[in-house]
This record gives sequence, structure tokens and C-alpha cells, in this order.
Amino acid sequence: MTDTTTTPPEIGGIGHSVKRVEDARLIEGQGNFLDDIALPGMLHMALVRSPVAHARINGIDTEAATAVDGVLAVVTGELMDQHGLAWMPTLSGDTQAVLATDKVRYQGQEVAAVIATDPYAAADGAELVDVDYEMLDAITTPQQSLADGAELIRDEKEDQTDNLAYTWETGDEAATEAAFAAADRVVSLTTHYPRSHPAPLETCGIVADVNSVTGQATIYMTSQAPHAHRTLFALVAGLPEQNIRIVSPDIGGGFGNKVPIYPGYVVATAASLLIGQPVKWVETRTGNLISTGFGRDYYMTGELALTNDGRIQAMRVDMLSDQGAFYSDAQPTRYRAGLFHVCTGSYDFPHAHIKCRGAFTNKAPGGVAYRCSFRITEASYLIERLMQTAADELGIDPAELRLRNFIQPEQFPYETATGFVYDSGDYPTALRKALDAAGYEELRAEQAAAREEGRLVGIGIAHFTEAVGAGPAHTYDIAGLKMIDSAELRVHPTGKAILKLGVKTQGQGHETTFAQIVAEETGIPATDIKVIHGDTDDTPYGLGTYASRSTPVGGAATAMVARKIADKARHIAAHLLEAAPEDIERTADKFHVAGSPDQAVSIQDAAFAAYTNLPEGMEYGLEDVTYYNPPNLTFPYGSYVVVVDVDPDTGVWKVRRMVALDDCGVRINPMIVEGQIHGGLTEGFAMSSMQWITFDDDGNCIGSNFMDYLIPTAWETPRFELLETVTPSPHHPIGAKGIGESATVGSPAAFVNAVVDALAHLGVRNIDMPVLPDRVWEAIDTATA
Amino acid sequence: MEITININGSDHTADVEPRLLLVDHIRTGAGLTGTHIGCDTTSCGVCTVLVDGTPVKSCTMLAVQADGREVTTVEGLKSADGLHPVQQAFSDEHGLQCGFCTPAMMLVGAALIDDNPDPSDDEVRWAISGNLCRCTGYMNIVKAIQAAAAAASSNGDS
Amino acid sequence: MCADRDEWGSRMLPAQFDYIAAASVEEAIAAKAEGGDETRFLAGGQSLLPMMKLRFATPSKLVDINRIAGLDAIRSHNGHLHVGALVRHADIAASGAVSGAVASAAPWISDPLVRNLGTLCGSVAHCDPEGDWNSVLLATGAEVVAQGPSGRRAIDIGDFVQDFFTNSLAEDEMVVAVHIPVPSGRSGGSYQKLERKVGDYATVGVAAHLELAADGTISAAGVAMTSVAPINRKATEAEALLVGNAPSAELFAEAGAAAAAAADPRDDVRGSARWKRQVVAAFTGRALAAAAEQAQG
Repeated sequence: MTDTTTTPPEIGGIGHSVKRVEDARLIEGQGNFLDDIALPGMLHMALVRSPVAHARINGIDTEAATAVDGVLAVVTGELMDQHGLAWMPTLSGDTQAVLATDKVRYQGQEVAAVIATDPYAAADGAELVDVDYEMLDAITTPQQSLADGAELIRDEKEDQTDNLAYTWETGDEAATEAAFAAADRVVSLTTHYPRSHPAPLETCGIVADVNSVTGQATIYMTSQAPHAHRTLFALVAGLPEQNIRIVSPDIGGGFGNKVPIYPGYVVATAASLLIGQPVKWVETRTGNLISTGFGRDYYMTGELALTNDGRIQAMRVDMLSDQGAFYSDAQPTRYRAGLFHVCTGSYDFPHAHIKCRGAFTNKAPGGVAYRCSFRITEASYLIERLMQTAADELGIDPAELRLRNFIQPEQFPYETATGFVYDSGDYPTALRKALDAAGYEELRAEQAAAREEGRLVGIGIAHFTEAVGAGPAHTYDIAGLKMIDSAELRVHPTGKAILKLGVKTQGQGHETTFAQIVAEETGIPATDIKVIHGDTDDTPYGLGTYASRSTPVGGAATAMVARKIADKARHIAAHLLEAAPEDIERTADKFHVAGSPDQAVSIQDAAFAAYTNLPEGMEYGLEDVTYYNPPNLTFPYGSYVVVVDVDPDTGVWKVRRMVALDDCGVRINPMIVEGQIHGGLTEGFAMSSMQWITFDDDGNCIGSNFMDYLIPTAWETPRFELLETVTPSPHHPIGAKGIGESATVGSPAAFVNAVVDALAHLGVRNIDMPVLPDRVWEAIDTATA
Repeated sequence: MEITININGSDHTADVEPRLLLVDHIRTGAGLTGTHIGCDTTSCGVCTVLVDGTPVKSCTMLAVQADGREVTTVEGLKSADGLHPVQQAFSDEHGLQCGFCTPAMMLVGAALIDDNPDPSDDEVRWAISGNLCRCTGYMNIVKAIQAAAAAASSNGDS
Repeated sequence: MCADRDEWGSRMLPAQFDYIAAASVEEAIAAKAEGGDETRFLAGGQSLLPMMKLRFATPSKLVDINRIAGLDAIRSHNGHLHVGALVRHADIAASGAVSGAVASAAPWISDPLVRNLGTLCGSVAHCDPEGDWNSVLLATGAEVVAQGPSGRRAIDIGDFVQDFFTNSLAEDEMVVAVHIPVPSGRSGGSYQKLERKVGDYATVGVAAHLELAADGTISAAGVAMTSVAPINRKATEAEALLVGNAPSAELFAEAGAAAAAAADPRDDVRGSARWKRQVVAAFTGRALAAAAEQAQG
């Protein structure tokens, strides 16, 4: 491991694997998760959801439900409509039904809500709400949806005459077409990245406490973006923003699922307002899986124009996304398909043209950045699967093909064919190091020998580049809100500090790592710094934690505010040491006069002086706030190598080895970084092998609970071997790039490439995810028939 | 009906509906919210508690079934001597991230190392295969349980 | 699979019911007789309670048998293994008394926590075609012991498993034990299960049981399949092929083909019917090879 520490362990700055401060409460069962919150007089809400995918609502009979002992009220769309809340805006500029008034457009859509004194009574009431549905044909694929004569799903939208949700394109079409026309070889791949779901183990929930006298709305909510949610609540519900306090407590995993605002939040808040008591709503697992933000569901055709010796000349992509019934991707306004246009990957070629369309279907809305920076997972998958296809088609080793096409270290900053400016990287070194660790040459020899014996061994490579840390205000906003973030640092007289963040942890360990950044920059021991986040009354504004933006944006804000504090402390130190500020130097924990290390004061001394003994004209106190507008995204990358054994009789494949090299720039807390990578790799493995949501022809969701939506256990999950290189981001204050999602972005292609590689000699070129054993066996059977 | 369950060493008596799930009784009745709920189908295991020392999913047991029995939740792991070895090891080995599955994982780990003072990687993975984790990829959970086993053995209290 | 769950939005919690904890089998049977088919026995509850939470099952009364003494033993008796109604899957997995297909299947039932509560007898009575135990019992030729007001009777497992989630118990009968024959001669067994992950039902399961004559030929064979027909199904033609022949890879492949032909799988999210047949063939061969190796060992 690279030692990047400049502070001693007792300060615990950057590079120390400091044990997490979050752990103390969590290992004793003293976490405070949403469902743990109980307020006096609190009521419980259950949602009634549509059992069918597409139907007109002819009536809702709530009489029997209302009569259940303990049931106080049944809320329908009609009631919400009276308050102007039957519909709400989505994060992609569409509208979404809060409670259905006209039609239900997907199975699981919210139709009514039952408010009761306890959850059991609410469940009893929900069962008795009787909805009269008039069935309509369900549209379950975007291809059906865009076919002539398809039933209009969004018939309530003015000017909507078809099921097209959006179109978007980027790149230079003419130059790309010319490159394809001139190419020696064209390689193409059509693949579906199936619908998946973040499925954090804690579902979404809210406790809405609206005080009808004061108008104060205190809203406890599983929110990855409490500030943005407060603003949206203010805009949607018309509540004054200063009266809305959103508290996001301990979050049991987010992965993008807790970024959108869901109908349940709105209904519970409205119910609390109308009834005058706190209302709790906690999703069921089924509710979570069938209605809240899914990820992926991209149908992609990618093509590469190549020379005979495997040099890429151009890339062409045609993508159709299944958006479900409402277009509600949580993504930057400017880009209609997230950052999908980063699909040129890690390779140096001049031209690309990307065409995207999205279609409405009778499925749940979403398109959240599921452990991913806005559709980068799909992009990375496409290019890395295409590289495997090209290698197989051209007969060039897949590692060699990548090495021939990599952006070279000296080319950074490198502007891609679709306009991203990659900050830094050394891709060849990363790939070679991963290959060496895996024993690539030996594996290829073993593979050849195995094929002679009828055994199937596959070696899969993926080299991904992520684009995270959205983002610069000139380009990135969500619902108009610029994607900046903030940190406020307050140092008390005894030198102990409070750091307040605009971002919000869901398990990433912000309370530990952000304190380490302050420790690094000020010399205050990390253990003396309390990190506060998640409460909008008590933290500065920020867009929240998703798309790996906490470290690139919130971490940068933290470093910058800590530098302001350190600078003021330096001036105070100069005063105490009776020296000129420019003669004061800072070591890990002291300020001293240049050349006289004995003439020193500690940061704690300076902090005390900030309230007791200041130089003439200086303002008292030692606190500041920074709003950080990043100059660019950051671009973490990695090289993954997977070895699989495939059972030809059953199609069952097992991961023998998984070598993962990640370069996320400077690692603030290596222990936590490795934990993030382990988790990300596991989700990549899950999506490649078993985890997906599909639908039958009637639009019934297959994957509506954990018996059908498969999350791997410890038994199936591979063991991971981690490696690193460290290429700092040149524009980030501490050189960090973000790591939470890299492994989920990069690894699915590595797993799939490994299985396809095992069958490549049979002529197999593609198996769509999840790579289920029957698909593998069918591929073998078809290829050998 | 009236039931008395010994939870973490104290008797809790309550009048409950037969349909009340043990997990709801623990969380709401006894006010011990370290035991969580993560699914509807007995799949995720975050509600795991020990009943008479055996790990079970408390969402799939009625509170009335636990009448007269001893239930241990995460809040009962710590003793007068301090943290249980699994608690210490989960923190030391970074065996938790969001912490939602952690109480369950630790209880299963504690039960495992009671039976098996030196579990292999495979044995730990097998033992925790009724419990899901979305954050850690299990690597450090396995490490933590093995470390706890080693610590417990060297303390002689396994 | 997903139809008619209009309570989907609420915490999935059981509807109301009455509850008694029976102190004896007799008391349990009387309570069941009194309640009729709206009354269910509660043993491990690992299938029943989830169904009640989804409100697929809404019994008016539960008769909890967990406090009845004497039902939790695994005993060898008269050439049979007796498994009582409160023997948990985990007890079987940990027992030194079990062997063959029973020992092979036990660790693969659901997940470790479910195995700590769920019972073999409950699973057998449940008659879920995706349940593993009935295939093991069909392959080994077990009997289900039922007790009613007028006493006990033994029911051959083939007669006990009637249909999809349907057994041949009378309304006032309770399964008190399962008796599994333990051959005195050389025998072996195996259970091969393809599950997508731990805790999943079998996509395909095959139980095999072999007994060998003194000359090494197969004197008795049992093969039964999970999840590839509306009920757990015996592969009788495969069994007939085996008996009288010496174990060999070719013979087992032939038996595998016969078992695959006897399977009636369907296309679903777990895979195509064509592929499932192929897995039946492969797993039958593997289960028989493992059984033979055990018997010969």
C-alpha cells in the first residue's frame, strides 16, 4: 500500500486507516434509523398499490377500510387533488402521479393511503380498500412502446402523442460516419443492461411531523440529499422553506435509491398536515422493489470502427432506454441520458456519435444513479463489452487491444470525443499491474490446455474510467440547483471542532473521513472533530451524496474551509509568536517561526487565542464556511481481471479469482476505500450473475421481493484481491477522486467478459446480463449444435 | 394474551395479539430498535436474534412463541466486561458500513464462534448465508468474525 | 406469481387469528378437529408465517405444537430413521445418525437461520413441489406417520404427496414423524440441488438412493426430482433401468436421460424448460455417481 500520510497517527490525517467513529453506536444497536423514530401521537401509514400494470380507475371504495378499528383516514388521489398534490414534478422535468386519479400506469403504483394508529391496523385497512380497475393493455418493452399503434401511456400529458420520453444526441455525426466508411473493420454489439434496483437493506421511509399551529414541518426522511429535498418540498408543497426541517438520520444504505422524492413522502406529509399528528410511513420491501427508483434498463447497440491492427477510429452508439411510466431519472438537467456519453471509455480516438431515446412503458419509473454516476455504469459496460467483442472478432488478445488504444499518461488532461476532459491517469501501468497479479500469461496457457480437455476457463478484463463529482456549476444542475457543495468548520476555544456538511453519509463513513481531511489541513486530531450532516437546520446547503460526489465536491469544500481556518490560525500564531504571518510555517500539528521550530504554538493554542487574544483588527472566533464549485469532474479508473470456470453440462459458472486494481487518486482512509471497493464489486457481481427485475407480458413484476430479486449472500460472493495505483486528481485540493461506485461501474463487464471469453472459441460473442446458467448453456448448445 | 420473554436478561411481560411478530414486540414493545426489518419474505435476516442461544429470524416467529424463552438482541451482546469480541472485531476490521445488517451479522457470528472457535473462511460464509449485506461484500465481515473467534479463544471465554 | 396482492403497500403483517399452544399431540389434534380447515398447525412456521404475512394464508386459528414434548428426536429404530415432528433441518444437518441422501440434502434446505426453526415434517406436509425433502423421501421410500383421534397410521410418501401443496392427511390428522428406511447392506445416496443462491428454492433438485447387492449390482434404486413437475416426482423409468445392473457412468447417463424425460419443467425466470431437463440429466448422473461411490466405499 502506498503510504501517503503526512500526519502522525494521533492526528489521523489523510492516508491513515482510522477506525470509524460511526461504529460505536452501530455495533451496540444504538443507531438511529428512520423506523426507530417514534414521536408522541405518531400514526402509521400503509399504501395501497395497484396490482395491475395498466388500468383505468373507475372508482375507489374506502368505506370498509375506514371502518377498521384503528383506521383514522383513507387518502385517495381525489383528496390529494383538492390540495393540488395529485401530481408532482420529477427530477427530469416530467410529472409523476402521487396517488393515481385517472389511470394506474404500472404495477405497484400508489393508489391510496391508509392512516391508522398502528401498522397492523393500517395493513388491515389497506387490504379492504376496494379499487375498481378497468384493464388496459400493458406495454412492457420500449420497443413495443414505440411501435405504431401502441396505446398512449401518458394520455394526461398535453402535446404527448406517442410514448417517446426524450431524445438526445451528442458527438460529431458526420466525422463519425466518415470514419466508419473508411474503417478496415466494424465491430458491433447489441446488448441489454437489464433493469436493476439498488435495494438498500433499509427501505425508504418518512416520519412527517407538521405542526398545524406553527406551520413548522419537521420531516425525518431516508434522504441522500436532504437540502435539495427541502427545496423541492418547498416548491412542490408551497411550504415556506424556513419552516421545513429535513432530518436524514442514520441511513441503512442508499446506492441512489434514496435520491428521488417518492409519492409516499408527499402523502405522509400531507396526511400529517391534514390530521395534525405525526405520520410514519416505512416501505415494505415489495413496495421498495416495485415502485422506487430502479437503475439501468438500457438497450444498446455499440459499434467500433477499427483498423486491421485494432486501432479504434470511431464509436457509434444507438441507445433506447425503458423509462417506465414517468421520466424521473435523477440526473443533471443538461443531459437526458445522464453521463452515458462517457462511453468512449479509456481509449484514444477522435470521433464518436451517441444517439439516445427513451420510451414510456407500464413499469415503475426511476432511472436513478444506482451506485453510479448518472448512467456511467451502462456506458462503461458497453465500451468494455465492445472491446471484448472486438478482440474476439479481430483475433487480438483483449489485454493487448486495450494497451494499443489506451489514452497515454502524457495525454492528460485529455478531451474525449464527447467532450469530457479526463484529469489524470496512467492506464497502461494499471492494466499491466492487474494482469501481472492475476498471472495473465499462465492463465491463457491454462485456458488453452483446458479447452483441449473440454473444460471451459474464461479470463475477463475490464478497464473502466468513471466520471464523478458532479459538478461544475457551468454544466451541472438538478432541477436548476447547481451541483456545488459545502462545508462549515467551527473550532471551539479548546481546539475541538465541529464540521458541518452539505453531503450525507449512507454508510460511507463521512463522519470519519471528513474529519481526517480537517485533521490533515489543520493539525486538529480527527478524534477531536465532530461531523454533523443530514439535518437541514444545522448544516450548510448541498446537493447530497450520490454519483460519488461526496469526496470530489464535499471533500474539496472541507479541505478549502479547513485551509481558511488554518490560515487564520497562522495569523493568530504569528501574533502569539510576535512574528510576521508570512514567516510562520505549519507542520502536522504546530505553527512555528521559519527556521525556529522551538518557537511554536499548537492549533489548540491558536484556537484559544481566537476567542481570547487576537491581533488588532481581527474578527473573533475561528469558523468559516466554503461553498465549493468544482472546476471539473474527477476521473477514477481501474483494471479488473476475473477468472471463471464454466460447467459445460449445466452452464453454471463460478468465479475462481477476481483481481481489482483501483486508482481513485489520494486515499483519505485506505481501510474505508477498500470497504467501498468490496461492496461495489459485489454489486457488480450481483448484476452480472443474478440480480435483475423483469416483467411478464402482463406487466407483472418478477423481482418484487428478495425471493425473486436475488442478492448474493456471502456464499456466492467471490473473494476479491485488491490492488492500487495512486494518480492524484490535479484539480482537487487533496487529489482525491471518489471511490464509492467505481467497482460497481467497472466490474460487471469483467464478469461477463470472463464468461464470454470462456466460450469465445465456440464463437459465442454475447450473453446478456444476468448471465444465468441457462443462458450460458443455451449459448454453448447453440454454438456447438 | 400475556407473555413473558426474557430479553437480554430481563423479563418483559406484555399483553399481545397472537399475530404480533417477535420483531415488532422487540422493537416496539421492548423498545429495542437495534433489531431491524428489511424484507417481507424471511429472506434478508436483518431481524436476526438469538432465541435460547440459536439465531433465528424474528420476523418469522410470533411473539407468543417466545413466551418463557430467552431472547438475545444486539443490545445484549455487551457485558459488564465490555464489548463482545464480535463487536470489537466488526469495528476493528471494518466489518460494517451502513450498519443496518450489522446487529444480525454479529449475533450470527457470536453464535458461530460459541460452537466453532476457529471457523474457516468457508464456514463463516456458510454460517452467515442467511443474512444479506449490501455494503461490505462480506469480505470484512468474514474477517471480523474470524478475528472475534481468535480473540475469544485467547480470552478463554469462547 | 404476483397477481392480486392489493395489500402490497402495507407492512406485510398477518391477519388476526386465535392461537393455542398445545401441550400434547392429543390436545393439538382435538384443537385442529374443532377448528377444521381454517385451523393450521404451527411447527417451524418458516413457510406458514411468510404466507400469512403475505395474507396468502389467513387461518382463523393456529395450533402451536412447539411445546409438545418428545417430538424433537432423531432415532434409529427397526431399520428406520425416525424423525419427529419438531426436528429442525439444522438438527438433521448436525446429526451423526443420518446418512445418504438425507444427510446430503439437509445443509441445502433454505438458509442457516430458517434451518434453525423449520422442520422436516412441516416441509413434508407442506407439499411444495419446490421443497427438497419430499424428493429425498420419495427416493428413499419413506413413510409419513400421521396421528388422528383414532390413532396413528403410516402413509407411504408416494401416497402422501397428492398434488401441488396437497397431502393426503385428514383434517384432524397431524404428522408426528417421518420414518426413513436405513438399508442394512451397502447403500448410498445424494441430493444435487441447483439453487440460484442460498435460501432460494431449487431450480432443479435430484435425490438419488442406491442399494448394492453382494455382487456389486444395484439391488434397489430411488430417483426423485424437485421443482421440475407440479409435484416432487419419482423417476420410475430411471429407477427401473438401474436395478440389476452394475454401476457405471454409461448406466447413470442413461438413467439421467430417463429422468430428464420424466421431468415436466416449465419455462420461467429461472430458466428454460429445455435447460432444466438438461440439468436433471446431469444432476441425476452426478447424484447416482455420488450414491454409488458411497455405497461402494
